[in-house]
Amino acid sequence: MPLLEVQELRVEFPTRRGVLTALDGVSFAIEAGEVLGVVGESGAGKSLTGAAVIGLLEPPGRVAGGQILLDGRRIDGLPYEQMRRIRGREIGAIFQDPLTTLNPLYTVGQQLAETMLTHLPVNPAEARRRAIRWLEDVGIPGAAQRIDAYPHEFSGGMRQRVVIALALCAEPRLVIADEPTTALDVSIQAQIITLLKGLCREHGTAIMLITHDMGVIAETADRVAVMYAGRIAEIGPVRDVIKHARHPYTVGLMGSIPSLSARVERLAQIDGAMPRLAAIPPGCAFHPRCGHAFARCKSERPELMDAGGSSRAACWLHAADSASAMVAGAPREARPGDARPGDARPGAARQGVADDAR
Amino acid sequence: MTHAEAPTAASPTASPPAPPLAEAIGLRRDFDVSRPLLARLVAGEGRRRLRAVDEVSFAIARGETLALVGESGCGKSTVAKLMVGLYPPTGGRIRFDGAELGALASRRAQAAYRRRLQMIFQDPYASLNPRWRVRDIIAEPIRAFGLLPDRAAQRARVAELLTQVGLAPADGEKYPHEFSGGQRQRISIARALASAPEFLVCDEPTSALDVSVQAQILNLMKELQRQFGLTYLFISHNLAVVRHMADRLGVMYLGRIVEIGPAETVFATPRHPYTRLLLEALPDLEMTGRARTPVGGEVPNPIDPPPGCTFHPRCPLANARCRAERPELARHGTVEVACHAVEEGRLAEGAALPVAPAAGA
Repeated sequence: MPLLEVQELRVEFPTRRGVLTALDGVSFAIEAGEVLGVVGESGAGKSLTGAAVIGLLEPPGRVAGGQILLDGRRIDGLPYEQMRRIRGREIGAIFQDPLTTLNPLYTVGQQLAETMLTHLPVNPAEARRRAIRWLEDVGIPGAAQRIDAYPHEFSGGMRQRVVIALALCAEPRLVIADEPTTALDVSIQAQIITLLKGLCREHGTAIMLITHDMGVIAETADRVAVMYAGRIAEIGPVRDVIKHARHPYTVGLMGSIPSLSARVERLAQIDGAMPRLAAIPPGCAFHPRCGHAFARCKSERPELMDAGGSSRAACWLHAADSASAMVAGAPREARPGDARPGDARPGAARQGVADDAR
Repeated sequence: MTHAEAPTAASPTASPPAPPLAEAIGLRRDFDVSRPLLARLVAGEGRRRLRAVDEVSFAIARGETLALVGESGCGKSTVAKLMVGLYPPTGGRIRFDGAELGALASRRAQAAYRRRLQMIFQDPYASLNPRWRVRDIIAEPIRAFGLLPDRAAQRARVAELLTQVGLAPADGEKYPHEFSGGQRQRISIARALASAPEFLVCDEPTSALDVSVQAQILNLMKELQRQFGLTYLFISHNLAVVRHMADRLGVMYLGRIVEIGPAETVFATPRHPYTRLLLEALPDLEMTGRARTPVGGEVPNPIDPPPGCTFHPRCPLANARCRAERPELARHGTVEVACHAVEEGRLAEGAALPVAPAAGA
């Protein structure tokens, strides 16, 4: 049984102009000790998925359908007090901005001790001992002295280390890390990612790593889910998704990332922008920007389906019965901005899409 | 793009093949970070100065892209603001097309040069006036410099600019809030192009954007460069973006350039230990599951920089000389590096760096 299972999750925001569906039919699972990367552009719903799992949806947002299971037990819709006990104890959280996660009025030692006293059967002296050990584990020099310092006395990178200690100190089995390195410099990012991954491996903690940085995902995640307009477009092992993307959106996304190892004259680009929640196109939400779209994409919404390898993609190109459709309504010409077969990575990946469809 | 071996400003005596379009010579900028007078008197302390940019020199040839990379606080954005005159330099000179910008006395003389250099800012949400229509935002440089007195001609020019950056002429009637981040950045670019400049200073133009939108903007910037023969000073913290854009690359650390040279060379054979560690620390798609070598430690406080080479506390090659004596830029082939270890050949080229000192060690 997977540690976390999210089934057909639907999150809605009632507004004066009607109900906006921010997440629709999101399903995925995380095994114990696994790192699942969740990527997507702003507004794709990746942070919202994390917030729903940990029960921190901002009102008026609400889980309107589906279920979230932790160890087979439903945790969506739990009363506040019960959810509060799960949060921290079973599921830890690391957010983007370490300064807003930490309470500026308490020393880091007090905050660590409070978390442990709330969730673990320890006395204050033991909590303090453990707090010092956690600060050492996350690489804060002089932990025994720094434990009585306030958050503002730490630099950005050091603060994020404290936040990691805070998320892990109650020994949760799942950590939701929402853009944990985005606010940090490149050289610090590397330190934090290495640290987070090492500690989680040591403690067997699973991570849901939400980020827009594919490089971080490539290095850290075991599997990756690509989100687009409130749905999962593709999910699979990290190597497959990066090297052999099956969904045209993923192909475009990978091609648009400038690479360090090869310089191309022009980046592959996906024209247009992600639709607003109020105006999500019918059928596949990506079809207006997709070079492969055919009639079915405009009317019928694709669910995740096997797309070769261990990947699953929500794309009609991979439907068993779509071969005829492809021939009948030949995919329209790729626009000038689309990935061209000549481009190194996206080209190779796009070839993969075409092959599978045949 | 030409890899014109632009002469370095450090050796102004060398006769260049073509004069550079823009040049920084020993640029310096201090900020006063003193506490208020009363607090200083009570505590009995003096003024405190932060040297954000320290003896920075570079030259950019016409049509070329020079990129400056570095971590936050390294002074790269301050260099950008100095180059367009948003900050007056504390020391050093800025030359543009042969003329010294600081020496131009009259506003009229300055305006003639100002028109030819423009800036694109990082945050497209903060750099567009929310109360102005897009057509007025874009027309502002045209009006400010009195380029087209005729309203109809102005309108036609704005429509042309909007088309050039991939928007529709009708978009001019809208307000900035009606656009997405990427489209706003296109508006910023249209505004920057409005005065037909030759030199654009781009301060992190895509760091607020999603990757797919970033690709659109980078492609647009490259196209415009080809079309109008633009010269870019491109500031970024993202090495992959820089690799895509730059002809020449300068790496900054704590207010100084530590390595500068043709981008291809710097990426292929980085020499300065900081450049090498930075490149190694960078996550790349090709490196799934790779164990990385993190750069240990953090950027020191620029108010109180370490003596000698400011990178020495984090440098695996540092020795006594590095702790005492500040290295100056020295030429190694086409690249200039400010490092005692490179100069002395302490580490063979291409050899792996020893593991960096642990954080805070």
